[in-house]
Amino acid sequence: MSRIHVTTTVNGDAVEFLADPRDSLLDCLRDQLNLTGSKEGCGTGDCGACSVTVDGTLVCSCLVLGVEAEGKRIETVEGMAKGNDLHPLQRKFIEHAALQCGFCTPGILVAAKALLAENPDPSESEIRFWLAGNLCRCTGYDKIIHAVQDAAAEMRGA
Amino acid sequence: MTMGKPLPHDSAPLHVTGQARYADDVPLPAGALHLAFGLSSCAHGTITGMDLAAVRAAPGVVAVFSAEDWPKGFGEMPDCSPSVLDEPLLAVGRVHYIGQPVFLVVADSHLAARKAARLGRVAYDELPALLTVDDALAANSRFEQGPVIWAKGDAAGAIARAPHVLEGTFEVGGQEHFYLEGQVALALPAEDGGVNVISSTQHPTEIQHKVAHALHLPMSAVRVETRRMGGGFGGKESQGNALAIACALAARATGRPCKMRYDRDDDMMITGKRHDLRIRYRVGHDAEGRISGIEFTHLFRCGWSQDLSLPVADRAMLHADNCYHLPDIRIESHRLKTNTQSATAYRGFGGPQGIVGIERVIDHVAHATGREPLEVRLLNFYRSNGTGGPGSGTRFGGPHSPANSQPQTTPFHMEMEDFIGHELVAELEKTSNYLARKAEIAAWNSTNPILKRGIALVPVKFGISFTLTWLNQAGALVHVYQDGSVMLNHGGTEMGQGLNQKVAQVVADVFGLEAAAVKITATDTAKVPNTSATAASSGSDLNGMAARAAAETIRGRMADFIADKHQTKAASVRFEAGLVKLAGEHYAFAQVAAWAYQARISLSSTGYYATPKITWDRVKGRGRPFLYFAYGAAVTEVVLDTLTGENRMLRVDILHDTGTSLNPALDIGQVEGAFVQGAGWLTTEELVWNGKGGLTTHAPSTYKIPACSDRPPVFNVALWGKPNREDTVGKSKAVGEPPFNLGISALMALSDAVAACGDGSAYVALDAPATAERVLMAVRRQQGNV
Ligand code: FES
Ligand code: FES
Repeated sequence: MSRIHVTTTVNGDAVEFLADPRDSLLDCLRDQLNLTGSKEGCGTGDCGACSVTVDGTLVCSCLVLGVEAEGKRIETVEGMAKGNDLHPLQRKFIEHAALQCGFCTPGILVAAKALLAENPDPSESEIRFWLAGNLCRCTGYDKIIHAVQDAAAEMRGA
Repeated sequence: MTMGKPLPHDSAPLHVTGQARYADDVPLPAGALHLAFGLSSCAHGTITGMDLAAVRAAPGVVAVFSAEDWPKGFGEMPDCSPSVLDEPLLAVGRVHYIGQPVFLVVADSHLAARKAARLGRVAYDELPALLTVDDALAANSRFEQGPVIWAKGDAAGAIARAPHVLEGTFEVGGQEHFYLEGQVALALPAEDGGVNVISSTQHPTEIQHKVAHALHLPMSAVRVETRRMGGGFGGKESQGNALAIACALAARATGRPCKMRYDRDDDMMITGKRHDLRIRYRVGHDAEGRISGIEFTHLFRCGWSQDLSLPVADRAMLHADNCYHLPDIRIESHRLKTNTQSATAYRGFGGPQGIVGIERVIDHVAHATGREPLEVRLLNFYRSNGTGGPGSGTRFGGPHSPANSQPQTTPFHMEMEDFIGHELVAELEKTSNYLARKAEIAAWNSTNPILKRGIALVPVKFGISFTLTWLNQAGALVHVYQDGSVMLNHGGTEMGQGLNQKVAQVVADVFGLEAAAVKITATDTAKVPNTSATAASSGSDLNGMAARAAAETIRGRMADFIADKHQTKAASVRFEAGLVKLAGEHYAFAQVAAWAYQARISLSSTGYYATPKITWDRVKGRGRPFLYFAYGAAVTEVVLDTLTGENRMLRVDILHDTGTSLNPALDIGQVEGAFVQGAGWLTTEELVWNGKGGLTTHAPSTYKIPACSDRPPVFNVALWGKPNREDTVGKSKAVGEPPFNLGISALMALSDAVAACGDGSAYVALDAPATAERVLMAVRRQQGNV
């Protein structure tokens, strides 16, 4: 099948790649652009390990086609830190030990960032239900919620 | 001291930035190929024909292998089993479950391989498939000649003499590991016919061994590397063998790098899960609930191959007592062979199945005697040893009386030396306010007809050591470079538990350095040989000790050298805060390393550790299989909707024993995650096979692990914090598996809530997993309208 030329913006950088029209955005990010921070946990939209934002909207990149990225703004976990300055969510995840194997972490961070963009002061249950689509098999979620609450507080203060 | 500090996971900065590299993230060399298995669609049958022409013709396909079309010169079909050579890589002549690999596709992309794998046409002559415990029992289909039976005392006699006797049957479901990162392996042809393998495995040595066997190479020609896994939980102890072997063979056949990654559905269809089982019990007790005699029958569904089923079922027997002294006991364990995925290691390794059995019995006895379950639990607890404290004999008569000063023994005749259940449970009862809340919940339930709350306190005792005694060994390799930096390798693998960080803290302490000064790299069979799986919670116990031994050897040489220079005794040299101190002088650690190097002192050492004291005769069921026990207890409160069976946890309080913690932040994380996983096992996680033997819950859309929304709003976790009485590294205790069992309290709390729906005459008898459907049915039974 002939490949399609895609021009898009990923983490603020203009990028181009050639995509098989059947390739998912997740596969394009990982295989074409070497952005392997987004993970495949299921490939069916059920685990959130592949979470990215497209024009600010949180999506499962395993359910989006690579060609749909044309002309869009994509943000992934690799774009969260500014140089060596970690995003407050990233810092708080380290501080609160909100990760173990770390495989779910990129997706959860991207999803949490999207939540805080929409709602800077979420309640505990708003966080719980927002992140319900991001599975984590290791942590039991408690520290994840504390880390998000703490980061939200810091970002509101800042 | 860096030991005991709550430092974050050493990879945390990489995890949060997406830089942490998992096996699937390793950049592939040009020309790499991708593999996929074609799977059996028949649960038991003879292969009568295979038409793979469409597979071969599919775009991107480079090669296709099957038993009928096996490359000449490759010898016999390689075996993938960790135990008894009963798992051919690809089915030979016969298939034994739906999902068994039948042929192997090698293609130029992951997607091409997977698509082509769907095009195979395999014809079968179907044979009767044994799918259930009953099928297997009727056909006497089992591993080993007959059931394994261990006994202590005279259970039948004690039951006959008991004033009350109860019987019951309890179904306990299996569990999919659902490591978030699926199975993956990559094989790179090396010079001289060797192969380098990158694998997401808990057991690099096993991968090395199996790949060497498959390729007819010495183990020295195979190098296996594991940097990290995206979760393992036992599912990567043996289940990665097939991928690594397939990649190595395909790499040999094509001369190109080969990679294989199961997508989630394939992973769940192919790989083994936690063993499900049926537990039958017969118990004799008195009016207060004191158990005199007990008989258990464990009926394990082991699946089509033996894998690790025998030691798993053994461990269930070894945990049939949990915290309770059962003087007269008989356990009969059947390891049934069925036409389903081969059940395998899963966090707890059978222990949780044993523990949930006795907890069910206690719940049943409490109902029968009308007593508070906690009282029945305490009444049956082992005595505390030699402390004079609670449970040492002053509270209860009978077998627990002070006159009986003989140490109590477990059902496998091991003396109980370290029981701390009484103190720990008393403390948790206080901090959780269990008894007062229980009364408050009863009052609340009496005025709420639709919603019902329930609460339960469940204690846990878990034995630490591999029951296969020779596995209790570990090696490590430590280098100090001339600039004072330190590199550490050990045989354990990192799957999220923070093992590397803990071991680095141990080594840093030996040298008086900060943990960050110790660099840990990938687990590598070329650096540390003959390692055991990172399993049985033993990772930091074994590897921490081995690494400490290596570091102490180097420190000893550095101390000798610098003491000699100052004409003083090596014993007076101290390594602290990045300095080496002696005779009023102090030098930077790096300075001493540089001098030692120039003085031609070796700054590299291996270290080795073998667990002391353990002896175990598995045939007789006697001995000391464990160096020590880890303890814990949890109180869980739930609420359920009697109209739908839906339920959720409201509050969880945990007190858990990790000895003197090597790293409280990591340990608390392990306890929380294990509890939630254990609660998932017994509540929402349901594996469903259809009548033909096909697993229908093979994706997260149908198989429900706990989600963030299930997190209990109040979740209090504390560590007991008292040192291990055995000489373990830093007096710590293993933490990976024991707290998994705390999840049993969620099931017991549901049982309590369901009990509140009726008049109390009938026992709830809730099977596991207690899904909303099962809870609803149990509620209906209590309400008298089935
Ligand atoms: S990989 Fe996309 S949701 Fe799981
Ligand atoms: S940290 Fe392992 S899945 Fe979340």
